[in-house]
Amino acid sequence: MALAVLLRTAVCVTGRFPALAGVDLAVAQGEVVVLEGPNGAGKTSVLRVCAGLLALSSGHGTVLGCDLRRDAAALRRRVGMLGHGSALYDDLTVVENVRFGARAAGAELSNLEGALDRLELGGRVRRTPVGRLSAGQRRRVALAVLLTRRPELWLLDEPHAGLDAGARTTLGEIVAEVVAEGATVLLASHEPEVSWPLADRVVSLVGGRVIGARDVRRVSRRAGASDELRAVPGGVHVA
Amino acid sequence: MWRDTVLVAGKDLRIELRSRVVMHQVVPVAVLMLVLFAFALGPDRAPMAQAAPGLFWVAVLFASVLAVQRSFALEAPDGARDGLRLSGLDPAGVFLGKTAAVALQLVVLEVVLTAGVVVLYGSHVRSYGSIVVAALAGTAGLAAAGTLYGALAAGLRVRETLLPFLFLPVAAPVLLAGTRAWQAALGLGAGNVGSAGDPWVRLLLVFAAVYLALGVVIFGPLQEAS
Repeated sequence: MALAVLLRTAVCVTGRFPALAGVDLAVAQGEVVVLEGPNGAGKTSVLRVCAGLLALSSGHGTVLGCDLRRDAAALRRRVGMLGHGSALYDDLTVVENVRFGARAAGAELSNLEGALDRLELGGRVRRTPVGRLSAGQRRRVALAVLLTRRPELWLLDEPHAGLDAGARTTLGEIVAEVVAEGATVLLASHEPEVSWPLADRVVSLVGGRVIGARDVRRVSRRAGASDELRAVPGGVHVA
Repeated sequence: MWRDTVLVAGKDLRIELRSRVVMHQVVPVAVLMLVLFAFALGPDRAPMAQAAPGLFWVAVLFASVLAVQRSFALEAPDGARDGLRLSGLDPAGVFLGKTAAVALQLVVLEVVLTAGVVVLYGSHVRSYGSIVVAALAGTAGLAAAGTLYGALAAGLRVRETLLPFLFLPVAAPVLLAGTRAWQAALGLGAGNVGSAGDPWVRLLLVFAAVYLALGVVIFGPLQEAS
């Protein structure tokens, strides 16, 4: 099975301290991997490196077959990221934000109405400027952008933050659906009770390094993927 | 690239239509500058008419700094800058889209300021064609150069103070050439009235062309670096 993400000895220095201090990580296509670890462990930095937003200081990385040093710009339309911020424009309405996000990525708008309905952003809410929405609703809008775009790699940074119970359930259903369609999901979370049930594998980071990984659901059923993942340290299963 | 240009310009202009920051804050500031200069020059209309072209372009120059700052402030909150980078939009398209949106807002401002110059300073336009050509060329140059330096300053904490420091000296040729071209068009100088072949108008066109070309080429690396 092909790898969606492969980082080898990835070092990323921002400011005076390394955000990543030699990360080895392999994620197979169609896999859901949760990154866990304390604050400052490097979870967000791994996601930003995989999105091509943060350049590697040393080491090697390929995402969806694109070399991160050479092809980061080409990669971006294939990757969708939900970061700490929602990356929305306060003065645009919900539907305008989703339409802009989808069009910018060159995506069809055929999924737009379904995405809005699914995240309970239909009716009057769709015409509301995003600046008037709650944090949780903004999070839903950002998810609706991704759901309309349908990227090949979903990078989700604390995606459950601010979401109510219903939206958390919907997020889980969306993750399962896009993975079934062949997408890959890399998810950073401090909430194992909601993130682990979505995952095939949980990778632990501390101090900018991977210290272990464990199968939590499906990867054990895919022998090919497991063999490939064992080839790099981040893919070794420790649990 | 052109598709992305239209998309980004449409987004920025739609936000301006909703927020009206440029119309309700930048335009009044520029008009206020004209009024204050009129007070400073005194009641005699002759020196006011002489100074009108220079004051018009000074007001446009400072207003363009505010418009460019506003253009990049749209991308600052809530990770919108990262969102724009991640969207996969062609950086050249983002540059041209932002430039077009700023330029369109400046054109509206210039229409208001031109009326202000005529009413407050008693200026008489001898060549509307020359005024329009000079204004459009100068606007394109200011918007392109401003967007380029706006991108350079966008990622820095001191961007609000750094942008005027970087941009105003660079825009000096527009101030000079725009003023000279307008002096000729208002019958205040010895220029070739009404001709796009006026050397000052040519300078404005060259300035705009250089910064538009430069922006298309280097906006992407600038966006990544800042």
